[in-house]
Amino acid sequence: MDVLKMTALELSEKIKQKEIGVEEAVKASLSQIEKVESTVHAYVTVDAAGALKKAREIQKKIDSGELTGPLAGVPAAVKDNLCTKGMLTTCSSKILGNFVPTYTAQAVENLEAAGMIILGKTNMDEFAMGSTTETSAFGVTRNPWNPEHVPGGSSGGSCAAVAAGECFLALGSDTGGSIRQPGAFCGVTGIKPTYGTVSRYGLIAYGSSLDQIGPVARSVGDCAAALEVLASYDKKDSTSMKRDDCDFTEALTEDVKDLRIGIPGDYLGEGLDPQTKAAVLAAAEVLKEKGASVEEFDLSLVEYAIPAYYTIASAEASSNLERFDGVKYGYRADDCEGLHQMYKRSRSEGFGAEVKRRIMLGSFVLSSGYYDAYYLKALRVKAMIKQAFDRAFSKYDLILGPAASTTAPKLGESLSDPLKMYLGDIYTISANLAGIPGMTVPCGRDDQGLPIGLQLLANCFEEKKMIRAAYSFEQSRSYEAPQMDALQKKKLHTESMQMKEPDADALHMDALHMDALRAGKAVE
Amino acid sequence: MANKISDETIEYVGILAKLELSEEEKEQAKSDMEKMLDYIDKLNELDTTGVEPVSHVFALHNVFREDVVTNGDDSENMLKNAPAVKEQSYKVPKTIL
Amino acid sequence: MTKQYETVIGLEVHVELATKTKIFCGCSTAFGGAPNTHTCPVCTGMPGSLPVLNKQVVEYALAVGLATNCRINRYCKFDRKNYFYPDNPQNYQISQLYLPICHDGGIEIETAAGTKTIGIHEIHMEEDAGKLIHDEWEDCSLVDYNRSGVPLIEIVSEPDMRSAEEVIAYLEKLRLIIQYLGASDCKLQEGSMRADVNLSVREAGTSRFGTRTEMKNLNSFKAIGRAIEAERERQTELLEAGKPVIQETRRWDDNKEYSYAMRSKEDAQDYRYFPDPDLVPVIISDEWIERIKAAQPEFRTEKLKRYRKEFGIPDYDAQILTSSKKLADLFEAATQICKKPKKVSNWLMVETLRLLKEAGQEPEDISFSPENLAKLVLLTEEGVINSSVAKDVFSKIFAENIDPERYVEENGLKTIGDTDALRDTVREIVAANPQSVADYKGGKKKVFGFLVGQTMKAMKGKADPSAVNKLLQEMLG
Repeated sequence: MDVLKMTALELSEKIKQKEIGVEEAVKASLSQIEKVESTVHAYVTVDAAGALKKAREIQKKIDSGELTGPLAGVPAAVKDNLCTKGMLTTCSSKILGNFVPTYTAQAVENLEAAGMIILGKTNMDEFAMGSTTETSAFGVTRNPWNPEHVPGGSSGGSCAAVAAGECFLALGSDTGGSIRQPGAFCGVTGIKPTYGTVSRYGLIAYGSSLDQIGPVARSVGDCAAALEVLASYDKKDSTSMKRDDCDFTEALTEDVKDLRIGIPGDYLGEGLDPQTKAAVLAAAEVLKEKGASVEEFDLSLVEYAIPAYYTIASAEASSNLERFDGVKYGYRADDCEGLHQMYKRSRSEGFGAEVKRRIMLGSFVLSSGYYDAYYLKALRVKAMIKQAFDRAFSKYDLILGPAASTTAPKLGESLSDPLKMYLGDIYTISANLAGIPGMTVPCGRDDQGLPIGLQLLANCFEEKKMIRAAYSFEQSRSYEAPQMDALQKKKLHTESMQMKEPDADALHMDALHMDALRAGKAVE
Repeated sequence: MANKISDETIEYVGILAKLELSEEEKEQAKSDMEKMLDYIDKLNELDTTGVEPVSHVFALHNVFREDVVTNGDDSENMLKNAPAVKEQSYKVPKTIL
Repeated sequence: MTKQYETVIGLEVHVELATKTKIFCGCSTAFGGAPNTHTCPVCTGMPGSLPVLNKQVVEYALAVGLATNCRINRYCKFDRKNYFYPDNPQNYQISQLYLPICHDGGIEIETAAGTKTIGIHEIHMEEDAGKLIHDEWEDCSLVDYNRSGVPLIEIVSEPDMRSAEEVIAYLEKLRLIIQYLGASDCKLQEGSMRADVNLSVREAGTSRFGTRTEMKNLNSFKAIGRAIEAERERQTELLEAGKPVIQETRRWDDNKEYSYAMRSKEDAQDYRYFPDPDLVPVIISDEWIERIKAAQPEFRTEKLKRYRKEFGIPDYDAQILTSSKKLADLFEAATQICKKPKKVSNWLMVETLRLLKEAGQEPEDISFSPENLAKLVLLTEEGVINSSVAKDVFSKIFAENIDPERYVEENGLKTIGDTDALRDTVREIVAANPQSVADYKGGKKKVFGFLVGQTMKAMKGKADPSAVNKLLQEMLG
């Protein structure tokens, strides 16, 4: 019985049947981490001791019948922008390199209450700003399918960890596609729910009106079960929605006969890689054969989504990140003369280039004289994009398309042209602007062997339709995992090595802490 | 329309955002901003007259809490993350006012 | 010939609301408390924290808006005001710029020149900042976030005031209204009410406004008056000399009686306001407004009428009693118990105000209960204690809120009437002062008072003065 080949649901079932112990499952994950982490580097922090202790507690609760949920006993990972009490939470940034929250994000608490065990925190693009996980201050994460390639971003660590068998399920966050795109690049399934479905309390904010937390796993079933656990009305989040239709696992049926699926012609244009296009259209065919109606249509306004998104997201981010100032927590620069120098140097030294770029842009679009022309304009365009989706969903139940325009690019090729990188978000970004749910499922691989992902979008609150179609499609294929043996002690091209050694002095961390970070072990 | 970002603008935005850029970084920032703003200018192709700017996609409103004390004293824990503490307060370089 | 100048003044008044918890989190707003003991991730700007609006803040803001004749914005939102300062944990303050809760109101003030309406431009809700303490020993400052997140309303007036007198009248009226609503205790000294003065000067008869400056750090009515005078003079001098007035914020130093510009090139004063994406709009229904209107307390004008009618209190006294909600409440409660409005009124108007003045306090600082005052009134009415004893007992009530009945018992302060002990004492005094007695019998009537005084002294003040009088008369013939 190869534990690591199971889905989360299968694992939990076997645990309940007493065929495997919780501790055994955790140990399997930890041992996989030990084998492949030096190549994949999906984690910023691994809390082995804590996870094992928790495993024993959870085992007792399962045995006593206290915990009966479908994901009890499952080892999971959490993206490092979700606060975890007592565990380092860095957003893969130097400026939070030593930050230990005094509370846990609601979404993570929900996971823990359902009996999942947190193995550690996964690597990401710094403050979720990026599409390749290369802007992390703690080194890149490598795509388990081909370590010379990126895993995608910003939830690259979470997706790589699931793909590489380093956990059974992971949490990511999605502001412009940060769950769906890396999910597609790593050949795993990921869901971004309707805005307001999962509490944002404890999620370190990037674009507050766009951020949502969602699950990443190897199967639609796993993701649906996880989303059911994550979704909850939270009084601590003013944007949290009360929903009474969160029984997402009800949608795990193979039935698409009533579904009308639309494929935006605007998505299939020149920028789309031909192999990705072929795989996505083939997937559409599968759904058609299963009884769904599929046709192309004009979504319109697609090319305006990116400028609108970047205006709104960087404006909100520039404000959300003002709190990182060296006063109350996080990195403070040494030997500063006066308050303003402390602010400037702490922030300039603590933030990476991409974060600074977006802060500058965001501050500019909100500044005096430009607010109307940029920010308000973008909010009007956002309204129009929502209207376009409303029109689309009056005709179709689901929108189908690619999750990205290519498969995972090579490491080191994306950061030099930020604008080009931003344009890659074209398929995923609109969903965040309109607040609608979206998900990705693997639908093939290119001739390099890199995964291709299919994206499904549904109208607000209609995750179940999306899950049903994804589940139905999934039945036509079997899950493919990357070659795990190849990940161990892989020889790597030095040119593609973007590994940045965390700077101990700049982080003001003691030696013990640094060793722990490097070894991906628990930080006391 | 090509956006030209002046040195003054970069300085100004740096003050607003409390970021200190090296000469090299400033040049890069100017060029990045110019490209981004040129791209964002695309939004002007759309006629948005009569369209209300929308902050929240859902018309949620009146989300309140009751005026009841729910938090106690967690100062010890919270101060643990502070870079500098003195007399149970966060210590910062002297402020002018 | 010197030109005639007119001073144009507008005020921005910040009022700390009397809610139990902060505006966006469940931390206590209680005054005092060791640094950072009333804080949580929300009010200290921890990453991942989110604000949730305290409904009571909206209730108070609406009440103040309605009581100041404002129009209510039925759909209002919160905006972020972005600037870096250590007392601002998120480095943005959540406030309202684009759609404040109230607008276009006004209140009437009485001045020597008559009644005048001062317009209120808008009222909005916002959060307070923490406190910065400047360390005396080290070159650093210390931040305490207990105050961060305390709810404020900011009341922005129209530039309708023309003198310090009008400004003070406006502030006093505003304070009274807010106190009556229970929305805040409005203590300038404690900072629960803060006023920033916007002042400009222009030639009399012109209609264009001059450049205005903003003055901060005005901690008492006197300081406000002094600051207005000084700034008016400063600006007038500049204009006379043909120099421009620079629009800036100035800090008033009341000790040195001057102001200085708070300019800093590190601060661009560009707040980049935008709607806070973590909060949702507030929609105010007709029912809500009606409910608040119905719950409005009896305001001063009604009380004045009622005191006159119901209690027979003269206008002058009623004015004083209603000048503070605390006094009015005390008056009404004590009168309710002892049914002696004129006596209660007297104690409040004379002794209480005197003791407050001595202690440099305001009526809001009164800490004794109406029950104890009522008891004191009854004790004197029934003749249990005499008036000079009563005065002493009252000062104890004022300072420590003692129960006068118990205090009088414990300290044996009851008036001694016609008793043997008193007779004996009177006899002793007469015997001990033969010269005085002779003088009195010889026609010096004033000596009588001296003998009464001596007797009172011997009786440690507890004798009933009329009984002493009677006895002395008897014995001296």
